[in-house]
Amino acid sequence: MNNADIAWLLVSTALVLLMTPALGFFYGGMVRSKNALNTMMMSFAALGPVAVVWALVGYSLAFAPGGPAVGSLAHAGLRGVGLNAHGTIPHLLFMAYQGTFAILTAALISGAVVERLRFSAYLAFIMIWVVAVYAPVAHWVWGGGFLTTLGALDFAGGTVVHVNAAAAAFVAAIVVGPRKDYGRHAMLPHNVPFTLLGAGLLWFGWFGFNAGSALAANTTAVLAFVNTLLAPAAALATWTVLDLAREGRVTAVGAATAIVVGLVAVTPAAGFVGPVAALALGGLAAVPSYFALIYRARTTLDDSLDVVAAHGLGGATGAVLTGVFADPTWSGGASGLLTGHAWQVVIQLISVLLVAAYSAAATFGILKVLALMMPIRISSRVEGVGLDVTEHGEEAYTGGDGAILVSPRDSTYAGRLVDSVAVSNGGGL
Amino acid sequence: MKLIVAIIRPEQLSDVLEALFHAEVRGLTISRVQGHGGEIEHVENYRGTTVKMALAEKVRIEIAVSNHFVDTTVNTILAAARTGEVGDGKILVFPIEKVYRIRTGEQDQDAVTPVIAPSR
Repeated sequence: MNNADIAWLLVSTALVLLMTPALGFFYGGMVRSKNALNTMMMSFAALGPVAVVWALVGYSLAFAPGGPAVGSLAHAGLRGVGLNAHGTIPHLLFMAYQGTFAILTAALISGAVVERLRFSAYLAFIMIWVVAVYAPVAHWVWGGGFLTTLGALDFAGGTVVHVNAAAAAFVAAIVVGPRKDYGRHAMLPHNVPFTLLGAGLLWFGWFGFNAGSALAANTTAVLAFVNTLLAPAAALATWTVLDLAREGRVTAVGAATAIVVGLVAVTPAAGFVGPVAALALGGLAAVPSYFALIYRARTTLDDSLDVVAAHGLGGATGAVLTGVFADPTWSGGASGLLTGHAWQVVIQLISVLLVAAYSAAATFGILKVLALMMPIRISSRVEGVGLDVTEHGEEAYTGGDGAILVSPRDSTYAGRLVDSVAVSNGGGL
Repeated sequence: MKLIVAIIRPEQLSDVLEALFHAEVRGLTISRVQGHGGEIEHVENYRGTTVKMALAEKVRIEIAVSNHFVDTTVNTILAAARTGEVGDGKILVFPIEKVYRIRTGEQDQDAVTPVIAPSR
């Protein structure tokens, strides 16, 4: 084992963990104030249940030796995952680092279903999804599964994390259905500074996500790190030009989105392409996402926070461009189209399509089965009032005026769950 | 001329505004207010503290209209703001003694007749 590698992976694990709260701010700023806590909790909640499920079974299904489609239960309950070496770092650290990816991927899906999904249904969904979808897909690409064999390049999870989450988000948005006001009333971001803060913290955390994926404190990590700086910069620059050309004004929500699109796009490429290629990749990847965002808002698909346009399209574009720009003179590894290996582009495309297809189909199945067991959507009355009060019994912004202290012995109110009563009465409050 | 004051649920505001614009009621003022009208209080929990929120968020709409517009305005708000649950709010209609439009100094009927600003 190598102590420098261990130090870098310890830091990277903490950096990636920060991305999930950051995503909470990124998403939380974009919803209406009555749903701010619920939206942020969808990210924060993944930090608990998903991490537990990951440690108990998810990690094993993804990374324990198994077949081409899925790992095995050899490491279930962290059996055999100790301080022994896994490459140059302890196995336990590798498990924790991968766990932060699983948490983030589950939280990403929430952007498609904010402001209407029941919180308990969401919790059940992400726990099942991480085991049934994330773990096998991580195995396909990183755990020795069939996409590893095929030669798919996914440095830090453009396909495993972003395309995977976006395909699930697409299906979830359709199954749960649009918000009742979608297409009728404007639903504006309630706190754009939160969204900018979230984008900034995501970028910071993403250095751990991409450069940490080298799994060592080496020159590959440096390459991935610098590419994680350059690609989002190019995406932001492109977005700025597009904003100026179309509207004559540069928007803050656009800037936050551009940063995320650039980060998503460079994720599969980070350790495989040179820095100039990363600039080109970030700049190119901004274009399809930019126009997809505009187009999506005119459709009936209420992918509320544009997970598909930002993460799906950004991830797919990044994956394909990885096949174009992969450069052995920088990575010492795989070649791409520009270095004479055109077939790599096809492999990249196949891996994106297979992951998206599996994720979409499995997500559909999970949600339909859950819907048989519990209501997955809140009533339209509750949707009007907002999910903060009804689902969580809290408000994000309250002056506290008119709040009357209830004695713990007051049987009328103590322990009363207004939200569950409201849901069972069809939302009557 | 009458001053119509409507206290409504915030979540109905978009519907009410849309309906008022369709009814060609153009000039209005809204404010965010808190009040109590007999609805069930929300119970909220913050760590060990349980509270019931005796004041609910409401929106107050104020519209000065000429007499022949009163019924249209009131009926529009009644239809758009109603959910059927306790807490839908109230509409109050007051007589107005005098109205001035600040920009022109116009008075009364002229001052409550909306003027559409030329679009730039």
